[in-house]
Amino acid sequence: MERTQIKNIIEAMLFVSDKPLFLSEIRIVLEGPDANEIKDVIAELTSEFETHGRALRIKEIAGGYQIVTDTVFAPWLKKLYKTAGADRLSGPSLETLAIIAYKQPATKPEIEAIRGVNVDGVLKTLIEKNLVKIMGRRETVGRPIIYGTTQEFLQYFGLNSLDELPKLEEFNFTEKDIELPEHLQKKEEAQNELSKPPQENRQL
Amino acid sequence: MSYKVKLEVFEGPLDLLLYLIKKNEIDIYDIPIADITEQYLEYIELMRMLDLNIAGEFLVIAATLIHIKSKMLLPPDEKDLLPEEEEDPREELVRRLVEYKKFKEVAGILQGLEGQRKKMFTRDIPFEVEPGEVFFEASLFDLITAFTRVLKDVPKEIFQEIIKDEFTVEQKVHDLLHMLVKTPVMSLLDLFKNSKNKLEIIATFLAVLELIRLKEILVVQNQNFSDIEIVRNEKHRLNIE
Repeated sequence: MERTQIKNIIEAMLFVSDKPLFLSEIRIVLEGPDANEIKDVIAELTSEFETHGRALRIKEIAGGYQIVTDTVFAPWLKKLYKTAGADRLSGPSLETLAIIAYKQPATKPEIEAIRGVNVDGVLKTLIEKNLVKIMGRRETVGRPIIYGTTQEFLQYFGLNSLDELPKLEEFNFTEKDIELPEHLQKKEEAQNELSKPPQENRQL
Repeated sequence: MSYKVKLEVFEGPLDLLLYLIKKNEIDIYDIPIADITEQYLEYIELMRMLDLNIAGEFLVIAATLIHIKSKMLLPPDEKDLLPEEEEDPREELVRRLVEYKKFKEVAGILQGLEGQRKKMFTRDIPFEVEPGEVFFEASLFDLITAFTRVLKDVPKEIFQEIIKDEFTVEQKVHDLLHMLVKTPVMSLLDLFKNSKNKLEIIATFLAVLELIRLKEILVVQNQNFSDIEIVRNEKHRLNIE
């Protein structure tokens, strides 16, 4: 099979698919090229999308590949789909998700110990939204239910894998020079301004 | 006034502590316990006065704070030859707060990712977050802080007046919705300006909480600890009867 043809088939598949396509799925369809070759072609396709001034991008999400629109077109698309992306997860939901993402498989008491509040309601909503799933039971006293994040969790946040989340150890509140993602930096700056001890100005 | 505001998702006691630490510009590793305990209890008292459902967890942390405070008041054990090795009574609580704060930071990162992801459209338009998720632009504690400021401004003698319970939360909800039709953005403090007494202030405040729960309004705070604005939630249709 010619490389151009492979590329076109992959592009067509990505266009049609409504969820991230796994490499294995693409391989089964193409029946020839090996994983490395396909990765190579996708990389080429990805850079073509970016350099040719097109509205679409190929993103690696939840371990697969998906065609998405460039973020700059969001304002227009939001006009088209009026309610899309309007609602956000609540603070408690995000916190609970964060805890589960790092501590999974985690039991309800483990989550509650960190948040300091009952999480029954939040957990129920997260399971309903398919962002969290029951992974089974822990083989200890009482065999408590253990929870973990789902494939949809990765999709919802546009993550390729859980490894993309920052390491917990990176959050050290005594050191000031931690590199934080851009959207957090602003917050940090604002906080630093507030918490700056007055004696720093008195040094002269 | 038997009107309980029930918010399913709610900030917890650790949120309140972190809020107070930030508000007072305190080093998390050196919390002035007596001071913070006092402020913490004040907030709980206010929440109780507003008849908010105070989760039992708030009282557990209150007890913990008082316990630490009493421990710190006790003179160091004389039998202890190496006093510097003595464990700080605050240690366990601070460890919990730091741990919790980490996850709050992660939650912030997730929120950023969520926003970014929502700008990328795919074939399947992502599912909607169902109503029931309550989203605070400003935290409940910010609201309570604003509320205390209003209460302090009310002249003392008005407090002593005995008035019939002529203000109901239902009526205030109704009034607020009407006001918001005319003025879609209002300062929270302005809402209380014409309040005649404490009961009216409380009714207004509870109405604000109720409207947040109903997703009719958003409370927006542009900066930490700045004034709070009430904004009509345009995405939500108003149903005034």
